[in-house]
Amino acid sequence: MNEQDKNIGGGNTEHVVEVRDLTKRFGTFTAVNSISFEVYKGEVFGLLGANGAGKTTLIRMLSGLLRPTEGVARVAGYDVVHHPERVKFSIGYMSQKFSLYEDLTVAENIRFFGGIYGMKKKDLAKAGEAMIHKLGMEEVEDRLIATLPLGWKQRIAFSIAILHRPGLVFLDEPTSGVDPVTRRQFWEMILETAREGFTIIVTTHYMDEAEYCDRIAIMSRGDIAGLDSPENLQSQFSVSSMEDLFWKITREHKTTDAIPGL
Amino acid sequence: MKRFLAFTIKEFRHILRDTRTLLILFGIPVAEIIIFGYVVTNEIRHVPVVILDKSRDVTTQKITDRILASPWFLEETTIQSEQEIHDLFKKGNVRLAVIFGQDFEKNLMRGGKVPIQVIADGSDPNAARLMVGYLSAIAIQAQKDLNKEKETTGRLLIKSRMEFNPELKGAFMFVPGTIAMILMLISAMMTSISIAREKETGTMEAMLVSPLHPLQIILGKVVPYVAIAFVDAVIIMALGGVIFGVPLKGSLLLLMGEVILFIFLSLSLGIMLSTMSSTQMEAMFLSLFVLLLPTVLLSGFIYPIEDMPVALQWFSALMPARWFIVILKSIMLKGAGFLFVWKETLILAGMTLLFLLVSIKKFTIRLE
Repeated sequence: MNEQDKNIGGGNTEHVVEVRDLTKRFGTFTAVNSISFEVYKGEVFGLLGANGAGKTTLIRMLSGLLRPTEGVARVAGYDVVHHPERVKFSIGYMSQKFSLYEDLTVAENIRFFGGIYGMKKKDLAKAGEAMIHKLGMEEVEDRLIATLPLGWKQRIAFSIAILHRPGLVFLDEPTSGVDPVTRRQFWEMILETAREGFTIIVTTHYMDEAEYCDRIAIMSRGDIAGLDSPENLQSQFSVSSMEDLFWKITREHKTTDAIPGL
Repeated sequence: MKRFLAFTIKEFRHILRDTRTLLILFGIPVAEIIIFGYVVTNEIRHVPVVILDKSRDVTTQKITDRILASPWFLEETTIQSEQEIHDLFKKGNVRLAVIFGQDFEKNLMRGGKVPIQVIADGSDPNAARLMVGYLSAIAIQAQKDLNKEKETTGRLLIKSRMEFNPELKGAFMFVPGTIAMILMLISAMMTSISIAREKETGTMEAMLVSPLHPLQIILGKVVPYVAIAFVDAVIIMALGGVIFGVPLKGSLLLLMGEVILFIFLSLSLGIMLSTMSSTQMEAMFLSLFVLLLPTVLLSGFIYPIEDMPVALQWFSALMPARWFIVILKSIMLKGAGFLFVWKETLILAGMTLLFLLVSIKKFTIRLE
């Protein structure tokens, strides 16, 4: 990567994620093809790419769910192959389905997820209370998740993902299916969280959301086709919008069949 | 352990909050036992019999030939005394015994009523009734021929007695069958559906990236159903005892042990099915058609195994419920101890192990 990268992300040069020649093959198909990059502490790192470009495979390897075929990945200081359990304790994860239990109340969901991350009862009670207060959801604490609007569920899911205060949070298409206003509010929440020192890796389909990221990596056919800040990438490829950037990069990467999902 | 506990508590909450599920879990067993207590007729074939002939004359030989030439009965073994009959019944080797008294032919020629004593295994009352019925039909035919041939007015009289279930109560058969079915339904179907539900809603993904070990996830899912299934088994047995007077002759401890073994078996089956399906709908259909229907039809619960085509008989050996029903009947109705059911128990344990190994393998493959 370019030397100038290291000035991005609040100037912090501490690596939360280090990836070297990471490869994943399924049979003869190469989903992730020998990629290398770093993510700095406190950074909002965007992963863009068409469906099947390798985003999900990459995230699964980084979260200890999938064993890499080749290469090394260190997350929060731990090797994902040798210490997947430690990695799992150090990360938060939120999927596009929000992963909350609809038939449990807000408070029960908090207690449950805190519980499976091994939080102490006292810490959990305190963190849960702080979270509810921060969200301004004191009145719905005992309501079932199923009865809440989508935007609320999304914010609860995100807050639960960082409840055990992981250094790194993965957000897998966290805004799909949400209206533009709610999306904007949610991104404000993400950026605020990053300012508190959390590192965030987010995948998205929405090109406008890429602008919120400190740096983005555009994936195409298992490779990283471009990695820099959104502004730098735009000037580097002489385009004026993220949409154009995405098209140009993926097309130059000789992909004929990749279509930006949505 | 604390993390595991958090998981199990959550699982109980899911169940208790869902009234429809609760209704299934506790309502169906009650309804089934009462409905099945009264239904179903069936036919039999190739019943293993033993014949004790104390007279050994031409007439008894002729009647014996007739019995064994019929499609319904097959001679299992020969015995010397009546004492051996009880043991054979208890082992389940023989389901019908026919006894000819001394001087059978002589008494018949004198023109009196001569009894043929028949003892049937009453633990399957429908089959027992049919067995005695078929035997009576054979005896009537034999008598007609005898009367013609030997010109005697002597008459044959069938004196039947039921071993294990003297009043031939249908519920005696259906209580074990219902227990097997309900445990299968609750353990296998409910677990596979509840695991599939977590996949569908995306929460399984969250579980997998959490520090919970996959084994903890599975066990956490399963524990509540062990408890519920066990309570159901007790309810059915209690209802069977109170309403239909089904006895428990054997050891309660052994019975409970076997029940728990079967619950584990069903759960492991449920886990295996859930690894094969990604939605609740799929899990439901898989459970219904792969599990429940064959269990009901082929386990000997409704249709006697002896009466099935040979291919289906082999197939029925693959039904875990078949072996479990044999165990339950032996313990509850015949008062059999472990020595009489160890073979069936071993089969169930083996199946459990197999299902668990397959599901663990599948679960890890999915993780890859």
